[in-house]
Amino acid sequence: MATESTSRYVAEYEAIVPILPGQNLPWLQQLRKDALEKFSANGFPSPREEEWRYTNVSAIEKKWFAPVLDSVSKPNLQALDANWLKSQRLEDAWSVVLVNGHYSAEYSRLDGLPEGVLIVSMADALEKQPQMVEKYLGQAVNNQEHSFVAFNTAWFTDGILVHVPAKQILAKPIQLLNIVTEADVMATTRNLVIIAESAEAQVIETFVGLGIARDGVYAASLPGTGAANAYLTAAVTEVFVEQNAQLTLYKMQTESEKAYHFGGIYVKQAKDARFSHHNFALGGLLARCDIHADLDQASECTLNGLYLGVKRQHLDNHTRINHLKPRAISREMYKGVLDDRARGVFQGRVIVAEDAQKTDSQMNNRNLLLSDDAEADTKPQLEIYADDVKCGHGVTVGQLDEKSIFYLQSRSVDEETARNMLTFAFANEMVDKIKIRSLHDKVLEQVLVRFPQEGVEKEWL
Amino acid sequence: MLLIENLHVSVADKPILKGIDLEIKAGEIHAIMGPNGSGKSTLSHVLSGKSGYEITQGSITYQGQDLTDMAPEIRAREGIFLAFQYPVEIPGVSNIYLLKAALNSVRKHHGQPEVDAMDFLTLVKHKVKMLEMDEKFLYRAVNEGFSGGEKKRNEILQMAILEPKLCILDETDSGLDIDALKVVADGVNSLRSENRAFVMITHYQRLLDYIKPDFVHVLAHGQIVKSGGPELALELEEKGYSWVETSQPGVAA
Repeated sequence: MATESTSRYVAEYEAIVPILPGQNLPWLQQLRKDALEKFSANGFPSPREEEWRYTNVSAIEKKWFAPVLDSVSKPNLQALDANWLKSQRLEDAWSVVLVNGHYSAEYSRLDGLPEGVLIVSMADALEKQPQMVEKYLGQAVNNQEHSFVAFNTAWFTDGILVHVPAKQILAKPIQLLNIVTEADVMATTRNLVIIAESAEAQVIETFVGLGIARDGVYAASLPGTGAANAYLTAAVTEVFVEQNAQLTLYKMQTESEKAYHFGGIYVKQAKDARFSHHNFALGGLLARCDIHADLDQASECTLNGLYLGVKRQHLDNHTRINHLKPRAISREMYKGVLDDRARGVFQGRVIVAEDAQKTDSQMNNRNLLLSDDAEADTKPQLEIYADDVKCGHGVTVGQLDEKSIFYLQSRSVDEETARNMLTFAFANEMVDKIKIRSLHDKVLEQVLVRFPQEGVEKEWL
Repeated sequence: MLLIENLHVSVADKPILKGIDLEIKAGEIHAIMGPNGSGKSTLSHVLSGKSGYEITQGSITYQGQDLTDMAPEIRAREGIFLAFQYPVEIPGVSNIYLLKAALNSVRKHHGQPEVDAMDFLTLVKHKVKMLEMDEKFLYRAVNEGFSGGEKKRNEILQMAILEPKLCILDETDSGLDIDALKVVADGVNSLRSENRAFVMITHYQRLLDYIKPDFVHVLAHGQIVKSGGPELALELEEKGYSWVETSQPGVAA
């Protein structure tokens, strides 16, 4: 529904549109115009929409988030602390840094990139490779999707284009490090990740907020530091995994505890393509992640997720797997741990088209509620139009198993430690699936920082 | 070591144990036999401190201490070990970690320093070999995906590492084939000592062929209806539980 803030975004858009990248490209101008119209007519998604029924974004609607038009000068971005930045970078990865929705050449590290591999800012790509952008942008998701996508399409200030040419197997992962340093701003990035035929790559999307902590130091907005800014991330990544290619995509969402986050990942998998996504939803006050994948013949799709909510966090994960052609395999496992008054949402849809015979699909969602006020809403959906398929789904929402607690106690572990051990073990199953050592350790560290109880020891894992 | 006097226990207000008297001294092995529903497992749970069991009368004294309000982990640290009838699977916690955490909390309780990592590994590997287990089991999650026999061996492994004073074996023989039973029995026999007592809860006489008890007690309808030496088990095997059940005074009256 259009509201006051919708009108303000639309009104201010006129002033800003000349500065957005790709002004000389009529097709993009048209796309942005259509998106703005769609957003203008609908506003942000409403809980009346089926796919938003558990997530009310009126808190976003009530605020105004200013676009950041320049990564360095405005608003007055302080220089990123070198040590802090180092702590955020993954060792042994190509590091692409985006600050407040803009690529930063100064902070990025792309030395030794194999010839033919393209990692450039979207602003650059629109100038230098407009045909490539035109070929892919809006092809994995379009303005027909809900209006956060339209919002992103109208407003995106920058983003990253990754193109890995055919048969190229990247030895190192690529990290897209998204940093927001200011309060009351929006970070709207649009990424394209294209893995050409028989190529292989690993990409990590990291989202982190910076703020002024209680002690006056510019610090990552981790819980307890007091360095939390309210801002809005609206990021869209379109992914194309071509024939027999492989992409492992990780998302480490550690936004500030006051931040709003929408992240959409839209994937097209060609024949025999393999795509795995590992989604760690840890930060943000209200965070929604969409992962949609279209599966061609004999392709494989794995979606793993962990959402860990404390205090009043609302963490929504929405997946859709479209089995379009025969013999594709999909595996999905999402786990939630919710404490205090946190709320976790999982909506998973698997759609098997009439043509998609011999589909093999399994979807699971498990939730652990640690407090009486925590809530988990889960809705797995199977829509099957083919007749020769193997599809299953399972859902659990519950507390820790008392039998397990007693078993540990009978082995001399005290009750509180036993509870922490079991909770941690539950979450850690997802962390353990991370194949990149440095990322594994970083995610583990983040899980430990956010973990509600005291006394958790790494050695338990 | 353990003195049970006139013990009455209820579960959800339903009386299960109705006046148990039992004394177990260090070095002794007691077998508690009885038909299904006689209260055997209740007794083992009450001794290990599982919640949901209310002692309505009587007392349990372990090494001079009243057990009634002692938390399960304190009992464990004081040397009471229950080998579960159905060992619990704990995904995400490795077997070796639990062994180490358990051993260290016992040591801490007794004012001893944490076990040296190398000494610990040597100890564990030795015990694993004794129980004819694959070392790989150490690095797997506790009991996860283990067969029935592997789970039972794992219980005995934990017991061998923790070296408790009072070992309660709850239907340890159930689900074991004859080879596994022998291995488990050898493990238990190797732990026999004058400082340690065993309580074996079992439905069948079979286990007692391999672990010879000093005393056999028959539990029926929540009471010990007959006590005797190892020959009582053989007599039971021959005559069946109906023989003792009907001789139970409460039922006759």
